[in-house]
Amino acid sequence: MEFNNNIPIYIQVMEKIKQNIVSGKLKLGVKMPSSRDYSAQLGINFNTVARVYKEMELEEILFTKRGLGTFVTKSPERINRLRHEMAKKQINAFINGMQKIGFTKKDMIKFIEMEFNNQERNE
Amino acid sequence: MNKMNELLKIQHLSKYYYNKNALNDVNLSLEKGKIYGLLGPNGSGKTTLMKIIAGLHKQTSGEVLLNNRPLSYKTKANISYMPTENFFYDSFKVKDIVKFYSDMYEDFQVESAFNTLEKIKVDPEFSISKLSSGLVGKLKVALALSRNVELYMLDEPLNGVDVLSRDVIIDLITRSCGENKVIVVSTHLVSEIEKILDSLIFLKDGTIALAGDAEELRMSRCTSVEGIYKEVFGND
Repeated sequence: MEFNNNIPIYIQVMEKIKQNIVSGKLKLGVKMPSSRDYSAQLGINFNTVARVYKEMELEEILFTKRGLGTFVTKSPERINRLRHEMAKKQINAFINGMQKIGFTKKDMIKFIEMEFNNQERNE
Repeated sequence: MNKMNELLKIQHLSKYYYNKNALNDVNLSLEKGKIYGLLGPNGSGKTTLMKIIAGLHKQTSGEVLLNNRPLSYKTKANISYMPTENFFYDSFKVKDIVKFYSDMYEDFQVESAFNTLEKIKVDPEFSISKLSSGLVGKLKVALALSRNVELYMLDEPLNGVDVLSRDVIIDLITRSCGENKVIVVSTHLVSEIEKILDSLIFLKDGTIALAGDAEELRMSRCTSVEGIYKEVFGND
């Protein structure tokens, strides 16, 4: 994983884990690597991973069982909510960017459809 | 701060060499379980500070406490200090150096040292004089980290070492940090090592210009540690 040093590393790791959960790469209830293994794997500090796990427990995306480790939530509802949160963030960023270059809502929707059609034709 | 976690406390530490003021009223508290970056350009006092903590220099004034005790030969045994200079005899083989370390330090873990050497591809049969500077760099760090102590201080572990060996050294440091240990790494090659640092200490002309948690500083200043480094030292 490549890091952008301008952004706190724990936020980048959290984002990556969330992507993996929402996209299905990380399945519900699966065990996460220990903070020590994960930090070595990512080449980052042990405490950074510990912090990621702690923050994501507060968000109820991960949970820890004493002595057993840290796991991905088993709640499909929570994952669904996470998917919505992440989609909303992406779309807001998109809308924001498009507004900056002068697109209206109607233009944006038209343009998205056009692009999808283009892509489908090319496949 | 939780006193239980405090390993090293430095209060009003100053060091004068003749007319030069190498350290000026330095105050620090280092907590167990963390990797500290001691950052600053050449001549900012990093080595002087490390040498005083290691007991190799005497401070002019101020106090250094390890586990709440003033520095002595007893506290010294609990510190693994890697100086920036090369200190191996050219005629030695790598395995002789390992033997030397295990004779010198009761806490030296021979088996784990050999395992590490294998992992970083340093052959114990190699002669020191034949090692590249990258290999010497890796060997020095591996040996310093093979001691079982609470405080590790590595002075410029990335200096004069190629990019690939730097990655190996950074990986060694990451893997060595444990709950009860403190690792202090001095460097001016900030961008390569910043992602493993918990806390930062910026030393400028012998005084602490800035200190704090790496992630908090990134967040509050909206830039990388390297960016902060340039802000702190760039105006000279």
